[in-house]
Amino acid sequence: MTRQPAVSSTRLGLGLASLVLAGLLLIGFKGPDGTLALGSSDGGSGTGGASGASGGSTQGGATSGGSTPGAAASPPSTSGSSTGSGSGGASKKAGTFDGTPIDVGYGVVQVEVTVAGGKVTKVTELSLPSGGRSGRISSYAAPVLEQETLSAQTAQIDLVSGATYTSEGFQQSLQSALNQAGL
Amino acid sequence: MGTVVTVDVRDDRPGADAEADIGRAIDGVFATLRELDARFSPYRPDSEVSRLADDLAAGEPPDPDAMSRDLRFVLAACDHLADSSGGAFDARGHRTDGRLDPSGFVKGWAVDEAARALEDSGLRQYAINAGGDITLRGGPWTVGIQHPDLRDRIAARVSLRDAAIATSGLYERGDHIRDPRSGETPAELRSLSVVGPMLTWADAYATAAFAMGLDGLAWVERHPGYGAIAITSDDRLVWSPSAAASLMRLSS
Repeated sequence: MTRQPAVSSTRLGLGLASLVLAGLLLIGFKGPDGTLALGSSDGGSGTGGASGASGGSTQGGATSGGSTPGAAASPPSTSGSSTGSGSGGASKKAGTFDGTPIDVGYGVVQVEVTVAGGKVTKVTELSLPSGGRSGRISSYAAPVLEQETLSAQTAQIDLVSGATYTSEGFQQSLQSALNQAGL
Repeated sequence: MGTVVTVDVRDDRPGADAEADIGRAIDGVFATLRELDARFSPYRPDSEVSRLADDLAAGEPPDPDAMSRDLRFVLAACDHLADSSGGAFDARGHRTDGRLDPSGFVKGWAVDEAARALEDSGLRQYAINAGGDITLRGGPWTVGIQHPDLRDRIAARVSLRDAAIATSGLYERGDHIRDPRSGETPAELRSLSVVGPMLTWADAYATAAFAMGLDGLAWVERHPGYGAIAITSDDRLVWSPSAAASLMRLSS
């Protein structure tokens, strides 16, 4: 694991006299699961509650450390005092859970999910016009999805989005190169 | 092993001055990422997150007053995501040891934060790619979605401008992602990509929605501006209405 800055300010001659600068960095936010876990393994402490089972008040708690320019539709943060809702990964949850009410700009949205056997079986939208629950206004209807058969394409692209595993080999190779470079 | 981050900046201004400016801006991106990694990586014993996780593991109650503003935001965001996803996003349950690990949120957020160095330098054409999760400025940029079986192929293309895309997936056998609600590896989907305005949320939504399976596409669609594109385990490409506009159809 390193987070060394790597090399590069490579100038590539891209067609239209536009300057392209690239840089590269390796950081450790996503490591291999658990293998570098630190400290004791302790599943039992902490809050351990069912996720989201509160009616939830939106306190003016912690807010973003500043939103990125162009921020849109990002949910406001709620009270900053809690510690992440724990959930026993082993036991299958069941019941009804209310999400935190979220001000989406044109109103407050709250979602209720029904869970059975560890799976979401129903999602319902609740509304909170002025500080109190007014009841369900509508059942959430699933959007119509479109689909087609999977194909393998080779079309010209700028970048590839994929799950991280795809770049494991690349990362390891890069890492060894960085090590050799003394970075 | 970490996540590889690449930054591409495009600028029409000629000359060494512009190049130096851009170089400094890119340095600023990496400086922010290094700082946030140092503070929030669960794999660094001295990070804020590790210290909090140690306290929690020892049964000590968290003290919000002792936390940085950013850490409080990260925790609140993780709580919000856990609530709104019915537990599919969980900063704790996804680990076998139950230890606090908000890195599923921090990565995308850190990239959005780091992008400010480029914005502050007046740059408006750039791409930051953090292990396949990408934030884009300007454009349009054409982004391929990784084919689950063929490493040198893509399964779909999207055209994006001032937007982000993040993909969660499982291309091989493994336990890279577990559904915190059931402890099981999701079976319905091979991968799920979220497109939308900010990588912070696109990344987190992709993580949660992938664990939900096909239900995840509808769940992503609940968030204004965000849509989902998934590859199913029976080899279909499926997308929600908000993603339709960015998807480049084969016939086009």
